[in-house]
Amino acid sequence: MTLVVESLVIDHGAIRAINSVSFKVPTGKLTAVIGANGAGKTTLLRGLSGLKEIKSGNATWNGESIVGKRAENLARAGIMHVSDGKSVIAELTVKENLALTGLWRKDKKDVALATEEVVSLFPILGERMSQSGGSLSGGERQMLAIGRALVARPRLLLLDEPSLGLAPLIIDQIFTTIRKFVTTMNLTVVLVEQNAMGALAIADDGVVLNLGRVVALDSAENLLKDPAVRTAYLGY
Amino acid sequence: MIKFITAILTALTTGAIYALMSTALVLVWRSTRIINFAQAGQAVLSTYIGYEVTVRSGSFWVGVIAAMVFGALLGAVIDRFFMRPIFKRIKGGPILMIAPVVATLGLLGIIQSIIGFRWGLTYQSLAAPVSTDGFTLFGRVIAFSPFNLLVVVFATVSMLLLTILFQKTNIGLALRASAHSPEIAKLSGIKVDFIRTLGWSLAGAAGGLAGMLYIPSSYLYPNAMDVLLVFGFVAAVIGGLDSLFGAVAGAMILGFAISFATSYVSEKLVFPMAFVMLVVVLLIKPAGIFSGKKSRRD
Amino acid sequence: MMKLSSTKKRTLFFVALGWALLLIGDRIGELLQYQGSFVAMYALAIASIILLTGYSGQLSLGHSALMAVGAYAGALSINNFNLHPAIALVIATFVAGVFGLLLGFGVARLSGPYLAGTTLALAVSLPTLANQFPILGGEQGVVFDVGAPPARFGEDFSMYKWFFWISTLAVLIMLWLISNVVSSRYGRTFRAIRDNETAAALSGLNTGRMKVMAFALSSGMAGLAGGLLVMLISGVSPSAFPLSLSFSLLTGAVVTGIYSLRGVMLGGLVLVAIPEIADSLVTRIGGSEGFTATLPGFLVSALLILAVLFTPNGPGTLLHSFKKHN
Repeated sequence: MTLVVESLVIDHGAIRAINSVSFKVPTGKLTAVIGANGAGKTTLLRGLSGLKEIKSGNATWNGESIVGKRAENLARAGIMHVSDGKSVIAELTVKENLALTGLWRKDKKDVALATEEVVSLFPILGERMSQSGGSLSGGERQMLAIGRALVARPRLLLLDEPSLGLAPLIIDQIFTTIRKFVTTMNLTVVLVEQNAMGALAIADDGVVLNLGRVVALDSAENLLKDPAVRTAYLGY
Repeated sequence: MIKFITAILTALTTGAIYALMSTALVLVWRSTRIINFAQAGQAVLSTYIGYEVTVRSGSFWVGVIAAMVFGALLGAVIDRFFMRPIFKRIKGGPILMIAPVVATLGLLGIIQSIIGFRWGLTYQSLAAPVSTDGFTLFGRVIAFSPFNLLVVVFATVSMLLLTILFQKTNIGLALRASAHSPEIAKLSGIKVDFIRTLGWSLAGAAGGLAGMLYIPSSYLYPNAMDVLLVFGFVAAVIGGLDSLFGAVAGAMILGFAISFATSYVSEKLVFPMAFVMLVVVLLIKPAGIFSGKKSRRD
Repeated sequence: MMKLSSTKKRTLFFVALGWALLLIGDRIGELLQYQGSFVAMYALAIASIILLTGYSGQLSLGHSALMAVGAYAGALSINNFNLHPAIALVIATFVAGVFGLLLGFGVARLSGPYLAGTTLALAVSLPTLANQFPILGGEQGVVFDVGAPPARFGEDFSMYKWFFWISTLAVLIMLWLISNVVSSRYGRTFRAIRDNETAAALSGLNTGRMKVMAFALSSGMAGLAGGLLVMLISGVSPSAFPLSLSFSLLTGAVVTGIYSLRGVMLGGLVLVAIPEIADSLVTRIGGSEGFTATLPGFLVSALLILAVLFTPNGPGTLLHSFKKHN
């Protein structure tokens, strides 16, 4: 189950936000997609999850094309996109937010089981079950958003800047947790981040985007050592 | 004393009908972000269907069911085959705000024309299943009849059922999620288009019920529900367009305000009262009395 | 070749148009003169909608009520104050404009459906006010008599021609005034507000004041149109301003292009033509009384929907895309 992206082109109005991007993410691996603001990282994820129209190029998951498919169908096929931090429905309770991805699933027992697992992964959610999503702190919301995705037992996880707006301690926590469940759940993950350091530290591979193009594509280890990458994105 | 009781009972009755209309409007607003002016036409057309069925079957209740079923189907058809294509065609620009609303106005006219073609413009009468003569209270006949009581009971039961649907069921959760954030709902695997059509269906059924409960005390003609649409809208705005609870609460408030104003001050105050309440709410708390927001962004 | 400023060009255009219309008015029969007056009146009413909705982005369903305000003001000034009809028309414009100013203050903060719904409520409730106050004549209404044409025009100068002259003149003057406003700085401000109110406010434009102003101007125009309407039907009553009038005006505006004033004459033509078309359809197809009464409304609504679906920006865009494809 690999994610294969080939010469992907996505337009955002008059701008070519993603300009012929290609990369691969093998099963069970975490690929970090880093780059400056406006590099097109969010657009890339929205294209892969079906929220944004793909102009041309290919993207396949598990051998099947995901281009032109509706977002809800891709979600049901195991592709979970955790969009930015506001990805929690404030007016619903924590419990209801967690239940969203299980609504369409027939195996209610497994949904309950998965929810339990998520709560043990993020105990704070268990304490806040009947509180509204809007009353949570930034870090808790991020956990809820990720947790909701995990309840669906996804195969491919698309994470959009989970560290945005969070305190460094929480960021550490989140990154560690992400790495943990990549290993334990055999998830394939595309992690979009501005926090290049943190992302590459937990990633297997890395893709560097600039103005919609791939400017570097290598293992995370190599990218961390690459002087050009270091100066541009890692600050040293 | 009698006047007071009558005023309250009238308020409950009219409030109940307003509640059904405002609920229908809020349902569509929450799922599609437009005010469906065609609701007046859908409701009255459903009532015509209910009327036909009542006449043929001899039973008012079968007519009510027919009206609600037809209303539900019509609502679904309108969303699926009319509203969706319109939203697709209008990608952006200022017309985006106006065009869907204008389209519902056009649809209202079409529906009322169809009624005119088929049934003509003459006033019909829909017979109520129970007496429309007032109850006798303390030896006096009051302006509250068994039929009014029926209206209040039915509207209340429907509201309760709707609330249960929304708060306690999975479909209800999907409806709420899609209304608050279609994107997150989609990413969670919820078929948002289907859910939206469902919202229109429920709204259509509510409108059909409203019509069947209202028309027996009035007359049936193509424009019969136009005024109710306005009151339903005012009620929805008073309560806050974003919640069903607000829709009902706003309707009751409006019902009470109008009822007491007409009972104690002047019969002619119906429209002015509604308009005044609308303006007052829009000036003081535009988001509606029961809304959590401070202003209406959209 | 002398370079004319655009204001001068516009003035010239209106004068030329006025001259042409007067000449045409001489040639056509009385029925056409009468209908022509209606075309002019509707054109003005449609222009008022275009100014408000197309230019400043505020959707109003209450223009039938605004027309009624102008109409009653005009009628009362002739009947109760014995003023000259020309002054009555000015009063109609002014009173409606002030009403619109006040209304505009109230609704300036509203947008989209709230504005639409509030103006809808206005359109439904205002006409019933006439029944509350006896001075407004109740159901029967008030008579509006503009008097016979001045004697110096001669005997052949019919009432209808007089109507035609008054209507076209009044409408042309108003439209000329408004088109000057629209091409001025105010017009640009309106459009900026329509396209993105937040951005407009952020760039320092006083959006609230502009919106109220647009409302006042639009109401004044509608008031004048209302005054003209009751002149043409010789009286004002609540039934002359039903809700369906607001819808017809909106249709006229959308059909001819809600973003530009250029098509208003066409819109007026459409609105006058539809009942005629309906009538001839009925004579050909035949039909019940219900059918006859309902057909015009049906045509208007169908036209509205088709216009929204296919030419939301006006027929101009249709031509444009046609050219592109060929």
